[in-house]
Amino acid sequence: MQQLAKDTNAWACYDCGKCTATCPIARAGSDYSPRRHVLATNLGQEEIAREPSLFACLTCGLCDVRCPAEVAYTPLVQKLREKAFDASIQPECPHGGALQSVMRMMASGGAQQDRLGWLDDDLKTEPKEGAVFLWTGCTMYYDAFFPEFGLATVAGTRAAVKVLNSLGVTPVVSAEERCCGHDLLWNGDRASFEALAKHNVELVKNSGAEVVVTPCAECARTWRMDYEPYLDGAKIRVQHLTEYLVERSADLRLKNGSTAKVTFQDPCRLSRHLGVVDAPREVLDQVPGVELNEMSRSGTRGACCAGGTWSNCDRFAKQIQVGRLREAKATGADVLVTACPKCQVHLACAMKDSKIGNEISIEMRDVAEVVASALE
Amino acid sequence: MTQQATSTNKNPGAATGFDPRIVVFACNWCSYAGADTAGVSRIQHQPHFRMIRVMCSGRIQPAFVLRAFEKGADGVLVSGCHFGDCHYIFGNERAVEQFEKTRNVVKILGIEEERIRLEWISAAEGTRFAEVINEFTDQVRALGPSPFAREDAIEEIEAPEGGPCLTGEHGPSDADADAGGN
Repeated sequence: MQQLAKDTNAWACYDCGKCTATCPIARAGSDYSPRRHVLATNLGQEEIAREPSLFACLTCGLCDVRCPAEVAYTPLVQKLREKAFDASIQPECPHGGALQSVMRMMASGGAQQDRLGWLDDDLKTEPKEGAVFLWTGCTMYYDAFFPEFGLATVAGTRAAVKVLNSLGVTPVVSAEERCCGHDLLWNGDRASFEALAKHNVELVKNSGAEVVVTPCAECARTWRMDYEPYLDGAKIRVQHLTEYLVERSADLRLKNGSTAKVTFQDPCRLSRHLGVVDAPREVLDQVPGVELNEMSRSGTRGACCAGGTWSNCDRFAKQIQVGRLREAKATGADVLVTACPKCQVHLACAMKDSKIGNEISIEMRDVAEVVASALE
Repeated sequence: MTQQATSTNKNPGAATGFDPRIVVFACNWCSYAGADTAGVSRIQHQPHFRMIRVMCSGRIQPAFVLRAFEKGADGVLVSGCHFGDCHYIFGNERAVEQFEKTRNVVKILGIEEERIRLEWISAAEGTRFAEVINEFTDQVRALGPSPFAREDAIEEIEAPEGGPCLTGEHGPSDADADAGGN
């Protein structure tokens, strides 16, 4: 516990309570208190890791950004959850834990997945080796799980391939790809995460790729921040698709796209965890005819979709989502652009509300789709 | 393999050395009672399944089926009332929706589609229950162990020794007690 307090800088906490004051779920009315968890860690109270309430944290990192003492609360909660998991305390998984089951099955190895059904003939990809590895993420699973939302998150993945093709890149898209382990890691299941991380790093190493590009904010975070120990010195650069596009912006040939007024939902993994705020905006700025109207809270201050790790979903989460969608509508934008498929899933769920659904409904697209629709 | 294991074969597992572990979800009002009918009518069928009773087939969301596979099941059968017979009017329609989702996810995961099945069995259809169980068991046996089969899963849901038994001998007896109260 002492080591944990040191590693996460919890010692530096001076009990100001800013974290609890900024915490989106506390603001929505929950009695969740990050400050209390930090205090308990400092006091060495092991029983804090037995509290199921740990899984209420959205891990959105808003408190990390606001903390004047630079306490890393989100990493702290991750470690506490690992302790909780070891003590057989698990989140009450939404969707009955179906997604966790899928992730654990992937971690155990098992079958050859049939995950590339979305690949069209006009998309050029390499099955095994190449310089750029496109980490697709699990959009095909989300679409299979949530047909009632009428979403096609896989369209973002398809668009990513299309955009890379237009840059003359034939990315590696592998059927051997497995879940990056992001959600299991944040659920406290480190053993399964390790199994996935080792498999995935091996897969990319064998492909000879120098750079992993992903349209998913969570995969980007996990690859860049959590895979470090498994890379074994291998030089693999990890970039979110928007970062890659900024780097290659000179080669991007775009004409007037179909979308006009848009607003941007910063995925918490991208803006706060990785500090990538400008890249998606620069990309949108490059698309002719796209006018970006910022929401009242944007960048590192933006509200998250409130469902990051499939470990929590309650009335507070719904309230956060509704609030966020109201903000998006208030900008006058026609399209809400995101850079993470999970934002789409969770905000689409909020739009299903039978009473205020119409009021807060807005078309959503991945940033890759916006770029792809404007390709020459 | 499949041909050997007909409903008349007393112990088909012995021939192939592989007895699948099958999880059967059955609704309280029709399918579970159907199994009961099979039992009291002494209809012989293969015993390699474990039954989980739920109030309505509409309750069986993808998580249940996926969890069964995660825990090492070789096949999962979901059963409920015939359309129009649902005790909750439209629960089985929900079951179809949920099963479609499950089917899509299972397919992406690389589990053979033949390992899952949705069947409507009424309380009177004891014969039908036995047929479905035999057919499905043979089908899964032909596929071999699930790619996610685990050694320790055998212990969790171990088939009773002594070859095929009558369903009426266990499980459904509590159904009698429960049904009496309704």
